[in-house]
Amino acid sequence: MGAQMVLGPYTPGAAIDAALKMKRSDVVVTVRESGLRGRGGAGFPTGTKWMLAAAATGDEKYVVCNADEGEPGTFKDRVLLSDHADLVFDGMAVCAYAIGARKGFVYLRGEYRYLLADLEATLERMREENRLGKSIAGKDGFDFDIEIRLGSGAYVCGEESALIESLEGRRGEPRIRPPFPVSAGYLGRPTAVNNVETFALASRIMEKGAEWFSEIGTDESAGYKLFSVSGDCENPGVYELPMGTSINELLTTVGAEDAVAVQVGGASGEMVTRDAFNRRLAFEDVATGGSVIVFGPERNLLDVLENFMDFFTDESCGQCTPCRLGIRRLLNGVRDLKKGALSADDLKMLRGLSKSVAISSKCGLGQSCDTPFASILDAHLKGVAQ
Amino acid sequence: MNEQVREIGTQIKVTINGEEYTARRGSTVLEICEDNGIPIPTLCAHDDLKPAGICRICVVDINGGWNLETACTWEVHDPDTVITTHSPRIRRARRAILELLLAEHCGECYTCIRGGNCELEDLAEIYGVRDLRFEREDPRFEPDTSSVSIYRDMDKCIQCRRCVRACDELQAVGALGVFGRGPESRVDTFEGMSFDEAVCTNCGQCVAHCPTGALQEIDHTRAVWAAIEDPEKHVVVQTAPAIRAAIGEEFGLPPGTSVTGRMTTALRDLGFDRVFDTNFAADLTILEEGTELLLRLQAALVEGKDVKLPQITSCSPGWIKYIELFYPDLVDHLSTCKSPQQMFGALMKSFYAEEQGIDPEKMVTVSLMPCTAKKFEAQRPEMADSGHQDVDYVLTTREMAQMIKEAGIPFTQLKDSQYDEPFGDASGAALIFGATGGVMEAALRTAYEIVTGREVPFENLNITATRGFEGFKTGSIVLEDVLDEWSFLEGVELKFGIAHGLANAHEVMERLRRGEMDDVHFIEIMACPGGCLGGGGQPIPTTDVIRQARANAIYSEDEGLPIRKSHENPHVNYLYEHYLTDGPCGHRSHELLHTEYTPRGFRLKK
Ligand SMILES: Cc1cc2nc3c(=O)[nH]c(=O)nc-3n(C[C@H](O)[C@H](O)[C@H](O)COP(=O)(O)O)c2cc1C
Ligand code: SF4
Ligand code: SF4
Ligand code: SF4
Repeated sequence: MGAQMVLGPYTPGAAIDAALKMKRSDVVVTVRESGLRGRGGAGFPTGTKWMLAAAATGDEKYVVCNADEGEPGTFKDRVLLSDHADLVFDGMAVCAYAIGARKGFVYLRGEYRYLLADLEATLERMREENRLGKSIAGKDGFDFDIEIRLGSGAYVCGEESALIESLEGRRGEPRIRPPFPVSAGYLGRPTAVNNVETFALASRIMEKGAEWFSEIGTDESAGYKLFSVSGDCENPGVYELPMGTSINELLTTVGAEDAVAVQVGGASGEMVTRDAFNRRLAFEDVATGGSVIVFGPERNLLDVLENFMDFFTDESCGQCTPCRLGIRRLLNGVRDLKKGALSADDLKMLRGLSKSVAISSKCGLGQSCDTPFASILDAHLKGVAQ
Repeated sequence: MNEQVREIGTQIKVTINGEEYTARRGSTVLEICEDNGIPIPTLCAHDDLKPAGICRICVVDINGGWNLETACTWEVHDPDTVITTHSPRIRRARRAILELLLAEHCGECYTCIRGGNCELEDLAEIYGVRDLRFEREDPRFEPDTSSVSIYRDMDKCIQCRRCVRACDELQAVGALGVFGRGPESRVDTFEGMSFDEAVCTNCGQCVAHCPTGALQEIDHTRAVWAAIEDPEKHVVVQTAPAIRAAIGEEFGLPPGTSVTGRMTTALRDLGFDRVFDTNFAADLTILEEGTELLLRLQAALVEGKDVKLPQITSCSPGWIKYIELFYPDLVDHLSTCKSPQQMFGALMKSFYAEEQGIDPEKMVTVSLMPCTAKKFEAQRPEMADSGHQDVDYVLTTREMAQMIKEAGIPFTQLKDSQYDEPFGDASGAALIFGATGGVMEAALRTAYEIVTGREVPFENLNITATRGFEGFKTGSIVLEDVLDEWSFLEGVELKFGIAHGLANAHEVMERLRRGEMDDVHFIEIMACPGGCLGGGGQPIPTTDVIRQARANAIYSEDEGLPIRKSHENPHVNYLYEHYLTDGPCGHRSHELLHTEYTPRGFRLKK
């Protein structure tokens, strides 16, 4: 649904062929010029990431496709992997060519195990077509293959350094950063970790050129984006829209005219209320990895907040004190608030705690807890819904 | 050298709280602040361990970023780095972290073994925590008293993981791990086994690195008080070499203060009937173990027998349990000598009891050790060659200091006194057992002289090749102009190796297994980093700086002693003349002073 640019038809191998016509360094330049930013949530410029990985020294380098898709309300990576796996894998091969990697991993969300057989079959076909393996597409010295690993079922394993720990066979816990994976990732070697959609877009950029991509979207957020829309709307599903689309436009498209609030970016994202529906879905305004959850007037937003805080509490890997112990206090606070047993002073204290947890935690999980906590609380207090 | 390596170590300017400082490029914010006296609170950081950045209490502001970074992990490479270590949001974040920890910390400081020496309590003091904004949590755990060495009370655990990292990084045992997620996460043994079932060496490095009272030694003080206060009992105490260089720290003396004379006075004042020096047994160990080595060499070189070389020392009970667990097929490399503690224990209730006409049943033998594994060793069933349990109780340095304090003895003001006869003076060689390399140095001083009739050819008898804290050291000494009876050793280059800390022991054993140690004759291994002076029962904290200070104290005391070589200890010679009359490694000594090992191995439950 939507533009059908990324999700449209694709000739397998086209991206690799296009990339191989260029020097490795020009592939990186093309991705930089396209303005592509990571689709996993943080929005790091993909070209810069690849440039750093290409420049890093290491006897081996790795490409990792982050298919852990654990953010509540997102399922666009699943759609890409079930229907457009060639596009994703070709993007990984393009990255491998650009940075000089010979091995790639797909870290597949445990719940997507049912996709495994099809994905393996696609990889096998790619090997037969010489899109994987030795001297890919006849290019001497360009060897690359992909291995699929099943995730361990923890949300935090989607965080890139925890993902790498998990790939290495350890408990999936985020690492100290810096160093970042581009310089010291899998087995301590330079590793480019990108989201499924990021690789798919990289393929499209190879196919259609940097300009095609950079002209769409906003200055800071180029291109198309996939949105997983769920909740109180007529047509939930995956939508492809230009970056910078306003929430209003999106809600019209999905049939949710009576929405009072939307949660953009999943449990770790921001709640936007009706009065601000003219805000744009872009890194510079309301950022999202793709999850958009729509809430109608019947919803109790405190239930939503409780749900998210409960999710964070359980999914914290537990290594940092503020995240391990602090978010549970926020959860308890929300429960007290629902019972009407939270004083104004306590609420103020919890708002402060939430900020402290966010600024003092090690990884994006703890760091993002204040975004939903503060914004959903505000939405609730504004009385936009029940 | 590549660019990055060369750059690390150059001096750069950084700004901290508006002031300019010079720092070594690549050092952490915490290191820079410590060097410049800027206080940063820490909990999960420890000088011995790699930074983890998990407690988050050391957060600081780097270049005004939206979030804070941990000072312990942030390496400064950029010369323009602007660091702020105190600001409202930093204070609030640290205070939140501290109160969150305190709210789930169940325990009263005044009943806690670490009361007064607890890093959590110290921070609560600094932050002026008088009440908590968070409701207190209920206890989640039962204390684990199953181990004979280590007591676990995980309701006091703050999950700094220092124990996990010590067991892993320093000891390569990996007995501890983190299990569960979120607020359910906990530090536990693998598969949640009780500590006595766990694959644990009882070394106590986890205890020594714990900032709180979550891990502690199993208490023997109550039993020792009872013995001392029982007029029927003849209570003797032996003190290990590493105690005298460390116990002063418990009384506020700087690390490296040697307090031998005050310690013996204190023990006597406390009510021990006799105060003996384990060093006597250390001298004995040298004669037994040195002789054993020469016999193994003879068997190998002259008789062509298949004896196990290198011979490896057996004084460190944590190391013994380690090899029994991880290298059960290689235990024959171990010297059969008991540790000095156990040699002493066996003689106490035999030779000493007979000489003094004391009923061994009425004797209580206590040993004062820097070590928690000694508590395990003392209760090994085979350690009863006197016909009784040879050593009844083992007190750590910390436990002993507590008893001295409880008795109200003004330790620092005490006058010096001597050890009791008949085990009074021991050699300096025995004293240096307390430091890594000390056993080797002592053994070389004696073995070389036995074989050549001359003193080791080093200035002042100090064999510097055996000293220092390098993880694994090797060296050699050539035996020339040997005495006739040792002619088979003429020209032999005696090769030795020294390792301390079980992670280094692991390396040595892997190399041994690969055949890379075939040309080495003798290896000293101590379970704890730095040797016994860094033992799991020593004053907390122990760091490299403190270990070095304790080592200096030990080596300088050795230099000042009239007897520097084990074979010149007159009491040892008396013992061989009157009791162990068939000499070192003879029949009598084998009965009392040697032992055998249990090839344990381990299998994880599944
Ligand atoms: C708790 C947590 C969970 C995450 N889960 C995912 C995920 O499921 N998929 C993903 O692509 N990125 C996830 N990320 C972001 C990754 O750390 C990383 O930024 C991303 O994979 C980089 O790819 P990109 O630059 O292509 O977006 C997560 C981050 C955090 C902190
Ligand atoms: S912020 Fe939370 S999830 Fe992230 S490393 Fe810390 S404890 Fe783990
Ligand atoms: S006693 Fe030693 S081996 Fe046992 S858990 Fe502690 S550090 Fe590990
Ligand atoms: S037991 Fe002690 S050292 Fe281990 S994690 Fe808990 S507080 Fe830290």
